[in-house]
Amino acid sequence: MSDQGARDRHEQARRDEIDEARREFLRNIAAASVVSLGGGMMLYSMGGEAQAKKPGEPLDPKKRWGMLIDTSKCTSGCDKCVEACKKENGWEAEPGSETDVQWIRKVDVKDPLTGFMASLPVMCQHCANPPCVDVCPTGASMRREDGIVRVNMHTCIGCRYCMMACPYKARSFVHEDIPEEKKRFHAPMGKGCVTSCDFCAHRIDVGRIPACAEACPEGAMLFGDMNDPNSELRKRLKEIRSYQIRADLGTDNGIRYTRLP
Amino acid sequence: MRAFGRAAPAILAACAGLVLATSVAQAGDIVPKIPIDRTKGDCVLPGDQMRREHMNILMHRRDDTMFKGIRGGKASLSACLTCHMVKDEKTGKPVTVASPKHFCRVCHDFAAVKVDCWSCHKSVPEETDTQAALPGGMGSKQSKFAQLLEYVQGGRK
Ligand code: HEC
Ligand code: HEC
Ligand code: HEC
Repeated sequence: MSDQGARDRHEQARRDEIDEARREFLRNIAAASVVSLGGGMMLYSMGGEAQAKKPGEPLDPKKRWGMLIDTSKCTSGCDKCVEACKKENGWEAEPGSETDVQWIRKVDVKDPLTGFMASLPVMCQHCANPPCVDVCPTGASMRREDGIVRVNMHTCIGCRYCMMACPYKARSFVHEDIPEEKKRFHAPMGKGCVTSCDFCAHRIDVGRIPACAEACPEGAMLFGDMNDPNSELRKRLKEIRSYQIRADLGTDNGIRYTRLP
Repeated sequence: MRAFGRAAPAILAACAGLVLATSVAQAGDIVPKIPIDRTKGDCVLPGDQMRREHMNILMHRRDDTMFKGIRGGKASLSACLTCHMVKDEKTGKPVTVASPKHFCRVCHDFAAVKVDCWSCHKSVPEETDTQAALPGGMGSKQSKFAQLLEYVQGGRK
């Protein structure tokens, strides 16, 4: 009996917590909508200068870069983030192609039971326990100490084990030579290697945010340091219930979504 | 001190001229003439060491960037290729590795060295490359928004 009571009390406390979080969230929305670009602005915030890394400094292993994608703001059919990534990192993909390089794609998902739909940008999920790193025979598939999962193409032999291991289909193989004029200087890639989203490491390393987050017209992609309790991202994560895709796999993704069917 | 400071470049130039003259005299016209622009500052190491060590510097930097995220400075690939940019005489545009005049090709062609770097790396730097963020923090966009918000909300609390 008392056990039941304790459980009830616990349940009530949990509900209060959620209610408070909701109120806080609404307050924030109200505050933010004072200016028209309000919502977006909050999502760009990195938590101030303290977080930015200077180009010549080594990365900070205490950080863990992550992203919160507000799927309620993400509309089906909008692919501004994808276009921005293509431009920034110099890849192209024919619509529907299964072999072209794809660092990020838009996926529309639907719960067959309820019909609830959401449109998600899906890229490398920057897992804390990345299966792609486990299977790599050369150590080319790597996780930087600040949480960015990427391919060190200098040691990649193109075996594609990582592509098989990735539950998110985030990696692609470069099948053809990339001509000089299509290359981007800061995002090298070439025939015979695997590539994937690197969270725009070249931008993060000089204190900028990833191209997709910068390009999103709704400000639906909030980038930041998940380990810093004062970062805008952490504050948001504390307010809103967020989900990792296939959390059951235990990969502990760095990319989180606000609503998933 | 001052006078020497001014004279030093002249002395250096004279020495360089002498070295060049002797090497040309010794090896004839077969040795490639490496185009070097000295106006943008010194190399990572003095020239003779660079000839021997440049591949090690590049490999070291490569790992520093991949694992530690270190960017910019003289040892970065974009700095190498900016200082050592070779412009085409006709078009005035920087040449790519497709041209035998590209800085990294002149010696390599001569010494029959083949590097695979250019299958991935662009051989001419882009202007927008690794520009640091504006003083406002991560990303200029955010700082502008932050300023706007601050203004609308009536200053920092
Ligand atoms: C600030 C401009 C600058 C940067 C950056 C720079 N260099 Fe140099 N480099 C020079 C100059 C000037 C010389 C001529 C030095 C001398 O002869 O004493 C030179 C000489 C060299 C030489 C020897 C050429 C010869 O025949 O004497 C090599 C090889 C070289 N650089 C490679 C590199 C590489 C690789 C990088 C990037 C890691 C790099 N340089 C970055 C300016 C630069
Ligand atoms: C002064 C002539 C010279 C210039 C200029 C030069 N190299 Fe070299 N480089 C060489 C020689 C000679 C070797 C071969 C050394 C050896 O095998 O011991 C070499 C080797 C290399 C290697 C190692 C190749 C291997 O398979 O181990 C790399 C990488 C390299 N160069 C990159 C560059 C880049 C990038 C540039 C342009 C920024 C450049 N080099 C410009 C002369 C030059
Ligand atoms: C299979 C593709 C590939 C090949 C081949 C390759 N690189 Fe890279 N390289 C990359 C990638 C990807 C990066 C990471 C770029 C970034 O994070 O901005 C990189 C980064 C670098 C960097 C640090 C970035 C910078 O601008 O300073 C250096 C130096 C470098 N490579 C040197 C080389 C040299 C020298 C060779 C040839 C011996 C080479 N790479 C061949 C893909 C390649």
